[in-house]
Amino acid sequence: MNTANPKPDLNRRAFLKVSILASGALAVGVCWGSPLSANEMEGDLWTPNLYVHINRDGTVTIVSKNPEAGQGVKTAFPMVVAECLEVDWNDVSVEQAPLDTRYGRQVVGGSRGTPDGWDDLRVAGTGALYMLTAAAAEKWSVPAAECSAKSGVIYHAASGRSVPYAELLDGAAALPVPDVSALRLKSRPEDFKLLGRFVPGVDNHKILTGQGLYAADTRLNGMLYAVYEKCPTFGGKVRKANVEEIRKLSGVTHAFVVEGTDNLTGLLPGVAIVAETWWEASTAREKLQVDWETSHSDSTADYDRQALALASEPGETMRSDGDVDGAFDSATRVVEASYYYPFVSHANMEPQNCTAVYHESGRMELWAPSQNPKSGRTLVSRTLGIPEDQVEVNLPRIGGGFGRKLISDFMVECAWIAREVRRPVQLQWTREDDMRHDFYRPAGWHHFKAGIDDGGRMVAFDHHFITFGRNGKTISGAGLAPNHYPAGLVPNFRLRQSIIESNVPTGPWRSPGHSAYCFAYQSFFDEVALAGDRDPLEFRLDLLSRAYGEPPLDLERTSGTLRMAAEKAGWGRNPGANRGLGMAFHFDHGGFVSHVAQVVADGSRIKVEKVWSGIDVGPVINLSGASNQVEGAVVDALSTAQLEITFANGATEQSNFSDYDLLRINQAPEVECHFIQSDFPPMGLGEPPIAPATPAITNAIFAATGKRIRELPFSRSGIVA
Amino acid sequence: MSQVNLRINGENHTLDLPPDMPLLWALRDKLNLVGTKYSCGIGICGSCTVLVDGLPMRSCTLPAAGLAGSEITTIEGFAPDGDHPVQKAWNEEDAPQCGYCQGGQILTAAALLKEKPNPSDGDIDEAMYGVVCRCGTYPRIRKAIKRAAAYAATEGGDV
Repeated sequence: MNTANPKPDLNRRAFLKVSILASGALAVGVCWGSPLSANEMEGDLWTPNLYVHINRDGTVTIVSKNPEAGQGVKTAFPMVVAECLEVDWNDVSVEQAPLDTRYGRQVVGGSRGTPDGWDDLRVAGTGALYMLTAAAAEKWSVPAAECSAKSGVIYHAASGRSVPYAELLDGAAALPVPDVSALRLKSRPEDFKLLGRFVPGVDNHKILTGQGLYAADTRLNGMLYAVYEKCPTFGGKVRKANVEEIRKLSGVTHAFVVEGTDNLTGLLPGVAIVAETWWEASTAREKLQVDWETSHSDSTADYDRQALALASEPGETMRSDGDVDGAFDSATRVVEASYYYPFVSHANMEPQNCTAVYHESGRMELWAPSQNPKSGRTLVSRTLGIPEDQVEVNLPRIGGGFGRKLISDFMVECAWIAREVRRPVQLQWTREDDMRHDFYRPAGWHHFKAGIDDGGRMVAFDHHFITFGRNGKTISGAGLAPNHYPAGLVPNFRLRQSIIESNVPTGPWRSPGHSAYCFAYQSFFDEVALAGDRDPLEFRLDLLSRAYGEPPLDLERTSGTLRMAAEKAGWGRNPGANRGLGMAFHFDHGGFVSHVAQVVADGSRIKVEKVWSGIDVGPVINLSGASNQVEGAVVDALSTAQLEITFANGATEQSNFSDYDLLRINQAPEVECHFIQSDFPPMGLGEPPIAPATPAITNAIFAATGKRIRELPFSRSGIVA
Repeated sequence: MSQVNLRINGENHTLDLPPDMPLLWALRDKLNLVGTKYSCGIGICGSCTVLVDGLPMRSCTLPAAGLAGSEITTIEGFAPDGDHPVQKAWNEEDAPQCGYCQGGQILTAAALLKEKPNPSDGDIDEAMYGVVCRCGTYPRIRKAIKRAAAYAATEGGDV
């Protein structure tokens, strides 16, 4: 499972396609499919995705297919093409693709952009270079093997000749395309010229000068602005609303009830108010009176009561290895502790929004900050009964996603309103809408019991996980893989699970699950290490030195990151008065990350001074983007460890940054990133760095203060950051 | 509707605005100046920051009608070529991730450097405290402010 590093299977997937565009540019694309259907390549199905355009003026345009949400893909992907094509980065411009099936997966999620794109991007760049080289070789009547390329020029060293790519476009287009399996793709860090360097983001100039990049920056002729009121209680329906009165208010053009559907990730029932400006729609909303029909009354207090009652029950056994009870009987010592983390919100700076036009032809056009525009298109298509090929989705820059915008409820709301009013509409949620209608990261309780032998080695592990579900099945973000470590690292292991029924909408939150439960596991490991009088680093390296059955993660690569972080942090040194060091390792979404945190304490007030990170995601593509993700994930972890979402009467109690106050600059630690370069295929970094950051910090708090954080947010444990 | 005269990025505008409309919505929905961002709507996150007579202010809670006679600068009008030391430093440190809050960060940092050309860490914390970045770009914002300060010092530039 987790350890697999899939080998590229190029023959099965990729074909090159080359053509000359009307502009005269040479366009090189990659198509997918099986070689058996290669004879269909001229059909529409085989229209290539046109990753690369080599223009007549010598510049190169590279298309970025995935939405950009700050994870850096819009810079990283073109860098891969430029590396393989041997062109200068300054000669490259980047174009954002719309949603288009020719590009395959277009999702920001699961840290999968990089591993999914790696082969095709290299094929496009390398294939284009292959053809340009062949064109030069033909022109000079020399073997292609004698030619080399650098900075957009092909050289023949023996005869001292050279020719820029721009003069080879027609020649290259006339040649047969190479078999993809014949291409030699760069894969080793030592071969890279551009990859691994610190490259600023391609949208920086637009961001720094305030040019419109985001979905809500879309401005269309005759556009109206909308707000959409949904029931504060999850699952509520509209009985009636004073829409006639609302329609009379200043600037309001439309006000109507939307019946909606039962799909909790789709079009929820509500009331739309549309006006000439967003401010007028929002002001009119203050006068809106809705009679809601509600049936749910979920509350945090009730969840807590249920969790307490379930803790003394056995739960459902999800996995059992060895003889757990026997091992506890013969253990030298038994350590028990319970951990808790709350629900949390995504709280992207850009609240959900969407812009839509319903054209007279029946075509729906959307500008959506969606992390998964394809699923958003399907949702719009099914809910409105518009064929998918009549739903066009543009992919503006996303103002933060973190998993929230994998669910495209805002798209279907806007599409519905746009069809109703027959004018371009921009729907903008308020911050309060955003916080009250999130798909939250679920809370969880972990009751741990570990048995250690004379040497302090963990020989038995019993874990009772209390989580959330609906109809007896865990809900999104609330599951725990039975083969998650320490399963496979301890000879006697048992995982039990109990479920609390919940009506709260939950969903993926940056590194779903991992970002929550890693805190519990890695904090408890520290407790077990210290109970056996062992150093937390030595204990962890020993834990990672053997597996029982299939290893739950790559032991060598995980240990490597731990050693790296420890060495750079100077693990074992005395950090000074009121200071402490803490560490944690983790593996998720293909990436191995360990952190060491240093905390200074003044009584119960703490500050995280610095974090050292050891990271192994294979070769780094953009050093800036990669370290930005690590730095941001550490800040995110420290921020989220101080926050909680609570419920009362079936509704969310928090509403804005006033009661869900994200971390500010004064608390942000310095983060030092150390990447272990390897020639494993590169993996994404949006998620892997966050999970181990929380326990590295809480373990450092223990080292500095003697206070073990077993509950989040920090305030529940009497700690102030 | 009431008629309001505003001076924005060096140009005069006469607008018919609903009463109490905050500057943010006059900029975005009336003038199509979309660089200023909506995020919290209650003046506590700083994404909507503009400069009013050189001082960083929250446009989401600032009624436009009260700003007659003031010089308003939005991120579009701050340094359109992107060659201000703060923008150059921001790019070189590659501070943005999603970028949504960065206009507010830049205008706030520029106002800080105008007042304190060589700010301490404490000065940076105090001035930048009010501008939230969900992506966690704070370590780079701190570096970028120091880099911009160094630029201005070595180039004799005006920050």
